[in-house]
Amino acid sequence: MTTAGMVIMGTDPHLTWNIAHDFSEVLEYHFMVNALLAGSVVAVMAGLLGWFMVLRRETFAGHTLSMMAFPGAAGAALIGVSATWGYFGFCVAGGLVIGQFSGGRGRSWSEQSAVIGSVQALALGLGFLFVSLYGGVLGDLDNLLFGTFIGISNEQVLLLTGVAVVAVAALAVLGRPLLFASVDADVASAKGVPARALGVVFLVLLGLAVAATSQITGVLLVFALLLMPAASAQAITARPGLSLALTVAIGLVVVWLGLGIAYFSIYPAGFFVTSISFAIYVGVQATVWARSRTRKGLQIPEQPRAEGVIA
Amino acid sequence: MAANPSSLANPSSIPAVKLRGAAVRLGGKTIWSGVDVAVRNSEFVAVLGANGSGKSTLLKMVLGALPLAAGEVSVLGGPAGRENAEIGYLPQRRSFDSGTRLRGSDVVRLGLDGDRWGLPLPFSSAGPGSRRGWARQRIEEVIELVGAREYADRPIGELSGGEQQRLLIAQALVRRPKLLLLDEPLDSLDLPNQAVVAALVHEICKGEGVAVLLVAHDVNPLLPYLDRVVYLAGGHAVAGTVEEVITGETLTGLYGLPVEVLKASDGRLVVVGQPEAPAHHHDRHSHDHGGHGDHGH
Repeated sequence: MTTAGMVIMGTDPHLTWNIAHDFSEVLEYHFMVNALLAGSVVAVMAGLLGWFMVLRRETFAGHTLSMMAFPGAAGAALIGVSATWGYFGFCVAGGLVIGQFSGGRGRSWSEQSAVIGSVQALALGLGFLFVSLYGGVLGDLDNLLFGTFIGISNEQVLLLTGVAVVAVAALAVLGRPLLFASVDADVASAKGVPARALGVVFLVLLGLAVAATSQITGVLLVFALLLMPAASAQAITARPGLSLALTVAIGLVVVWLGLGIAYFSIYPAGFFVTSISFAIYVGVQATVWARSRTRKGLQIPEQPRAEGVIA
Repeated sequence: MAANPSSLANPSSIPAVKLRGAAVRLGGKTIWSGVDVAVRNSEFVAVLGANGSGKSTLLKMVLGALPLAAGEVSVLGGPAGRENAEIGYLPQRRSFDSGTRLRGSDVVRLGLDGDRWGLPLPFSSAGPGSRRGWARQRIEEVIELVGAREYADRPIGELSGGEQQRLLIAQALVRRPKLLLLDEPLDSLDLPNQAVVAALVHEICKGEGVAVLLVAHDVNPLLPYLDRVVYLAGGHAVAGTVEEVITGETLTGLYGLPVEVLKASDGRLVVVGQPEAPAHHHDRHSHDHGGHGDHGH
C-alpha cells in the first residue's frame, strides 16, 4: 500500500499550522508512531556507522551493501522466509566478503573499488537468478526500491531496535581503535590495533545498518540516512564527538520532518526524507565554500619557503 | 656536555635495541645481513644510507612487522613486536587526505588512547586530576613541546606537510615511550625546521631518557646531537660514532667503491662518490625495496 492510499483512508489530514495540534494529530495514528520510532532508530544507527563510512572513504562499499537487498529479498522469496531475513543475511555476508577481499595492506584504492564493484555485479546477478528460480514477480517492488514508512509492525520496530542496540554497542566498544585504524592504519597496527580485522567487522556492522535502513528508505534511498547526515556533519566540524552528535541530530531531523511533511502531503515520504537530507548537505557545503572564500580573500599570500638555504 | 650515557647506564640494564648478525629477506632477496647494532637508553642513533639500502626495513623489523632471516634481535628486553606499546613510531612520509576531517589534536590523542577499546565516558569530569583532565593536559604538553599550538585545532588534512609531521611526532611522543622509531622525520621539512626538529628530538631523547632510532637521508642537521650512527650500504652495515663511520676509509670499505668524505668549514659533511645517484636511479625503476646489492663488483 502506498502512502497516498493510506492517507486517503485516514481522516483527510491537513495542516492547521498549529504545531502542537498537528503533532498530536500525527501521533494519534499507530502507523505514524511506528514509522517515527523505526525511522529514529534507523537514523541513529545509520548516522553513526555512516560517519565512519565517510571517514574511511567506504561509500562505494556502503552502496554495494545496499544492493545486497535485491538478492536478499529474492532469495528470501525463493525459500519462503520473510524478506527481512534476506536483507540482513545478504548484507552481512556482503560485508564479510568485501572486507575479506578488498581489505589488507598493499591493496590500492583502485584495486579495492574493483573488488567491491565485482561483488556488486555478482550479487545483482544472483538476485536475478533467484527471481527467475522463484518464477513469480517479487511482491512490493516499490517497497524494495523506495522503502515503506507505513505499515511498520511492532515486531519490525522491535527487531530494528534490537539490531541497532547491537550495532551501536559494538561501535562503542570498537570506536576508538576503529577511528585510529581509519586515519592512521600503520601506526595503529604498530600499537597492536588489529586494523585489518576491524575493517571486516566494520563492514559487517555497516551491512547491518544498511539492511535496517533499506527496510525504511528502500534500497535506492539508503544514502539519505547513511551518507548525507555524516557528510554534512563532517563538513561542519572537525571535532569527532561533536561531529558524531551532529550526524545523529541531522538524521533525526531528516526523518521527523520527512515523515511529518509526508503525512500531510500526497507525495511519498522517501522523496521528502531524501530531499531534506540533500538540502542540508548542499546548504552546509555552500556555507563552507563561501566561508573559505572570504577567509582566503583576507589572507596575505604565503611567503615562499626558503629551500636549500640556511636562514 | 652530556655525560657518556654508557657510563651512567646500569650495567645490568638491557639496551633498547640490540641486533646481532641480523639479516632480513624480502621477496627472496636479502636486503642486508650481518648487522650488529645496539641502542642504549637515552641514546640518539641515526640510521643512514642511500635510498633502497633498507633503512625503513630496519625499523619495521624492530617493530616486529618483518621477520628476521638470520641472527638475533631484542627490543626493550623482549622479542621484536612484544613491547610495541612502549615504542613511539613515526612511519615514513605519511600525509593525510585533504578531506580528513579530524583536528590535529585528535590525531595526537589517538597516539595516547587510540588503541583502547570502549569509549571515553563523555560526561565524566574533565577537571584537573581526573583521567580526562590528565589526558587533555598531556596532549597540550606534547603539542606545546613540538611547537604546534597554533594549528593543532585545525583539520589535519588542511595542514602543510611540515605541520602534519610535527603533530605526528607529538603523537609518537604522547605516551612517553622508551624507544622512538622515526622514519625520515626531517624529510618533508625546510632547512630551518629540520634543525628545530633535530634539536627537539635530541631534547626529548636526553630530557626524557628515550632511546631514539632515527632514519635520515642527510646526517648534517643531526650532527650536533648524534651519539652514534648506523650506516647501511651494499647489504651490510657499520655502526659507531659519526667520526668512526663517516670517513672515506669506512665508507669505501662498505660500498666497495672509492668514497671520499669532505668536511666543510661549518662542520657539515659531504659524502662524495657514493653510488647513490646512478644506483638509486637504476633501483627505482627495477625494484622498489631492493638493496644495492654488490654494485662495486
